Amino acid sequence: MTTPAASDTGVNGVALAVLIALFTLVTVMGFLASRWRRASNLQTLDEWGLGGRSFGTWVTWFLIGGDIYTAYTFIAVPAAMFALGSVSGFFAIPYAIVVYPIIFVFMSRLWSVSHRHGYVTTADFVGGRYGSRWLSLAMALTGILATMPYIALQLVGIQAVLEVIGIGGADNVIAKDLPLLIAFAVLAAYTYSSGLRAPAIIAFVKDTLIYLVIIVAVIYLPSRYGGWGHIFDAAEAKMATPNPATGKPTGTFIPNSQQYWAYATLALGSALALFMYPHSITATLSSKSRNTIRRNAAILPAYTFLLGLLALLGWVAIAAGTKPIGLDGKPNAQLVVPQLFEDAFPAWFAGVAFSAIAIGALVPAAIMSIAAANLFTRNVYREWFRPGATPAQEAKVSKLTSLFVKFVALIFVLTLDKQNAINFQLLGGIWILQTFPAIVFGLYTRWFHRWALLAGWAVGMVYGTIAAYNVSSATAAHFAGSLASIPGIAQMGYIALTAFVVNIIVAAVLTLVMRAVKAPDGVDATIRGDYFADAGDPRVAPLPPTPTEATPSP
Amino acid sequence: MTAEHDHDTTPPANKRLLALAVVLLLLPIVAILWVSTYARSGPELGGVPFFFWYQFLWVFLCAGATWSAYKIVLKARPHRPMTEGPAPEVTDGGSDR
Repeated sequence: MTTPAASDTGVNGVALAVLIALFTLVTVMGFLASRWRRASNLQTLDEWGLGGRSFGTWVTWFLIGGDIYTAYTFIAVPAAMFALGSVSGFFAIPYAIVVYPIIFVFMSRLWSVSHRHGYVTTADFVGGRYGSRWLSLAMALTGILATMPYIALQLVGIQAVLEVIGIGGADNVIAKDLPLLIAFAVLAAYTYSSGLRAPAIIAFVKDTLIYLVIIVAVIYLPSRYGGWGHIFDAAEAKMATPNPATGKPTGTFIPNSQQYWAYATLALGSALALFMYPHSITATLSSKSRNTIRRNAAILPAYTFLLGLLALLGWVAIAAGTKPIGLDGKPNAQLVVPQLFEDAFPAWFAGVAFSAIAIGALVPAAIMSIAAANLFTRNVYREWFRPGATPAQEAKVSKLTSLFVKFVALIFVLTLDKQNAINFQLLGGIWILQTFPAIVFGLYTRWFHRWALLAGWAVGMVYGTIAAYNVSSATAAHFAGSLASIPGIAQMGYIALTAFVVNIIVAAVLTLVMRAVKAPDGVDATIRGDYFADAGDPRVAPLPPTPTEATPSP
Repeated sequence: MTAEHDHDTTPPANKRLLALAVVLLLLPIVAILWVSTYARSGPELGGVPFFFWYQFLWVFLCAGATWSAYKIVLKARPHRPMTEGPAPEVTDGGSDR
């Protein structure tokens, strides 16, 4: 790929060769994907942006699994376990448990109404349900804003792998970023040409590699480093050791009574937020029937089990004495899992493991950019600038936007400090949860008034942002974490969930006010039966295109 | 589109079965968010503290509960087609792959 600048750590040549070979394989698959279940015409948003709404249970399983268990998850969860312990790291497991009963309940309704009305995004649904383009715009912009840093973090995941392999050193500007640039140019090219079919195909490779690597790691590594008993003892000892900066224990081994709320609210808040993210919605709406997502709610926990094992690898690294040192010579907990793999595995298998993480970044990055592009096209471009856009124009705009979104994420990672991406990701989780009332409550009731929902959203956004800004620690003045004191309970809790409760209260109170002053209710485009429709049911005929289609509107 | 049924109504359902499904779905959520019931180290299982293996156990219990709820919901509220008469094209909507 590139001749790296000489560095003392050296380049792991075998691992790099395996990485390049597997990367080339998925690149070819990505381009060939446009031929898979070939549609007569790829130039519509349903085809390019939703894979023709044709994916069955197993394709959807790989796609959603590949989509929501991202490279950054694989890097950050064990890193949090390694550095801070179970409240910051292991909460991902209860999070990935409770999310499935929750989405089981409402995602089938969202699928049905989207099938009937041809909705591609949640903002489409909100616009149709409440007859409010402002509320729809708020949903769309929140989705785009929350997705951008998420894409950037996928790049951070690739960077972590490249850094441990020994390329991407600090000496030479071109050599430093070239591998990442190549990876992203390739990703952008096949996403552009194949749309959602590309990540759907590549997800097979990604998930197979991830399962293989984690299972091998979990069987082999504990025996090598003294067994689970010893590993947990080592973790407990490290977590109890006082941190020299604060004098408090380094982290949490098992949450104490002061941390129950934190652990539970992190899990619940993250679970409610996960399927509000545009990329989760895109993967869900691409399935071919109402029940596909319900079946997936029962089989997706297989990935949760895997995530739990992966989290524990952060503690295996403690027992193994892994030293995650970056190429700049500074300790960086994010490198702990790649470093553990490089230390413990033969070079070729370390290469397989690195490929799993790097390819694990490509699948979500592709789906996220498609999802953000769909939001922009449907809910900004078509809604506000060109109401008569044809399906072909929509597909074109979406493809170009997907390039633009990835480009911005790349600039973000290359020019700004990595911490910015992490801060924005933290904010993204808080923001995206504020779309939940309008979307999910809307699937059940029209009781909430559209303006009240908009106000609740705005208050939740502002409250959450300020609360996150004010979190400080010994090492950071702002954005130091996701936890803040819950007003009225005097317990630490996840900011997103507190903001969510504030959001609901504001929306409910203002709804009563709006009803009292008889504020105009928007027109509801849906009927009750829409929420139970299945694949065989007819679609609602779209409104005939306006005759002024060819002339650009303001 | 409106022949025998008014489609602006909720399709009929067996409420008791639906309630059973709701209980099955709530069970794992309550169990796993009630942190004080499992935030302790003993009894260990193969060197793994209770706190960790208990949550791993719930991954499976939750998957089982969700699958049961799925089967019950299918029975509780059979699909009411939105077409009238013979459907124009019967797709394999319910049984993909």
